[in-house]
Amino acid sequence: MSLKGQAYIVGAYEHPTRKAVDRSVAQLHADVAIGALEDAGLSLSDVDGYFCAGDITGWSAPGTGPFSIVEYMGLNLRHLDSTESWGSAYVNHVSHAVQAIAAGKCRVALITLAGRPRAEATRPDLSQGSANDTTESPFESPYRPVVTNMYGMVAKRHMYEYGTTSEQLAWVKVAASHHAQHNPHAMLRNVVTVEDVINSPMITDPLHRLDCCVVSDGGGALVVVHPDVAKSLKRPLVTPIGTGFSVRQLNGGYFDILESGGVKSGAEAFDEAGVTPDDIQYASLYDSFTITVMVQLENLGFCKPGESGKFVSDGGLISGVGKLPVNTDGGGLCSNHPANRGGMTKIIEAVRQLRGEAHPAVQVRDCALALAHGTGGQLGGRHGASTLILERE
Amino acid sequence: MTAEASPADEIAMFFEGAERGALMLKRCIDTGKAFHYPRERSPFTGGKTEWFEATGKGSIYSCSLSHRADPPYCLAYVKLDEGPIMMTNIVADDLTAVAIGQRVQVTFQQGPDGRQIPFFTPE
Repeated sequence: MSLKGQAYIVGAYEHPTRKAVDRSVAQLHADVAIGALEDAGLSLSDVDGYFCAGDITGWSAPGTGPFSIVEYMGLNLRHLDSTESWGSAYVNHVSHAVQAIAAGKCRVALITLAGRPRAEATRPDLSQGSANDTTESPFESPYRPVVTNMYGMVAKRHMYEYGTTSEQLAWVKVAASHHAQHNPHAMLRNVVTVEDVINSPMITDPLHRLDCCVVSDGGGALVVVHPDVAKSLKRPLVTPIGTGFSVRQLNGGYFDILESGGVKSGAEAFDEAGVTPDDIQYASLYDSFTITVMVQLENLGFCKPGESGKFVSDGGLISGVGKLPVNTDGGGLCSNHPANRGGMTKIIEAVRQLRGEAHPAVQVRDCALALAHGTGGQLGGRHGASTLILERE
Repeated sequence: MTAEASPADEIAMFFEGAERGALMLKRCIDTGKAFHYPRERSPFTGGKTEWFEATGKGSIYSCSLSHRADPPYCLAYVKLDEGPIMMTNIVADDLTAVAIGQRVQVTFQQGPDGRQIPFFTPE
């Protein structure tokens, strides 16, 4: 069964805030839900399917998880999917929404993400478990893996295997900053140079401060609908044509740190879509760190293993300059990384591009085919990877 | 003294070994492959497993020095000679000289919860 035309993304909304001092997580979810529904020309009462992940308020006790936010927003549902796969969840949710719509389980699917790690001054903590836990925690937590050094190990290995340089990594940030200067909501709007990046303080070898994404509040939402609903609305028709998901687990200690779940999720999505990386006109790639983009470029097939350094150099990712425009909103590196989960904003910018609604300075001309890819968890450890290929009809 | 049975029995041998300076690994009986972290059932086949004492030798697969921590520490993946990669910290006088490919040897030190745990140091 071809995915094309099974469902359409008709609503997309990104919260303009980057620091939500006076808004709760639940308020932010409601803000983005209303924003995406208004964008589509729909209302909350139209929603019969809801998709959310671990960023919702009350995910764990004393809340009742998804039920709490469903009640807060006043949704009346016949379909609920709370599949948690961290930053990749929302890319996954689009895939699940298409399946649910095709199966007749809902007609108007709402997907939301929101959080306020900046206002709460928290850092993502992916460590889990207690001393009595017999999964990985007793064998990892004592060594203090945090997000930065886990990605640092990926970058270090990439340098070791392929001779990749800090200057090449820096080009990913430079491209993001060129795009962010046009985004009035971006946290970091100043254009930076390769020298700015490599002269910024070393955080965890070999990643500098400017190799890292922002910590920001806010969120985003999407509305995915049945074709009959889509054709009754006045929005451009953006349809998922390929999806893929994969979990990279550490396989008893036998793994390649440079082979993310994107190898499998990308191949599956391209196969389903019947297109190749060369066909993609715009790509949203998860950019928690500069190295994240480089590994994904290779794993998704935009370049060969080891060649991402060359691919990104000299503005390779800058819209209008390079061969593949990437993260034209400024991405997580410069604009927004709400709730420490980047998958949602990746899809939203891809939808803007396909609708022709990106900033004119970064808009890809006649953009009809785009890719959004999310990584959830840690590239250097276990993680989920979700790929979505979208087409404008 | 007989310790009370607990779910932690699944991994207890690892920490008992660490107390006497032995790096204990698990082996999948079906495939003969060593694996880490330890589990009752093989992650390769779901079948039976057995403990064995590893040589404690390996090489650095990757590492990252956290410069801003006080004191700085070096997170690493070490590829053990028995096959699996395990997470650890590298212990060395000069952490800035630690590099991928370097041969390392296990050394046991007290972890944050007071138990001995394996660290690695250049040979």
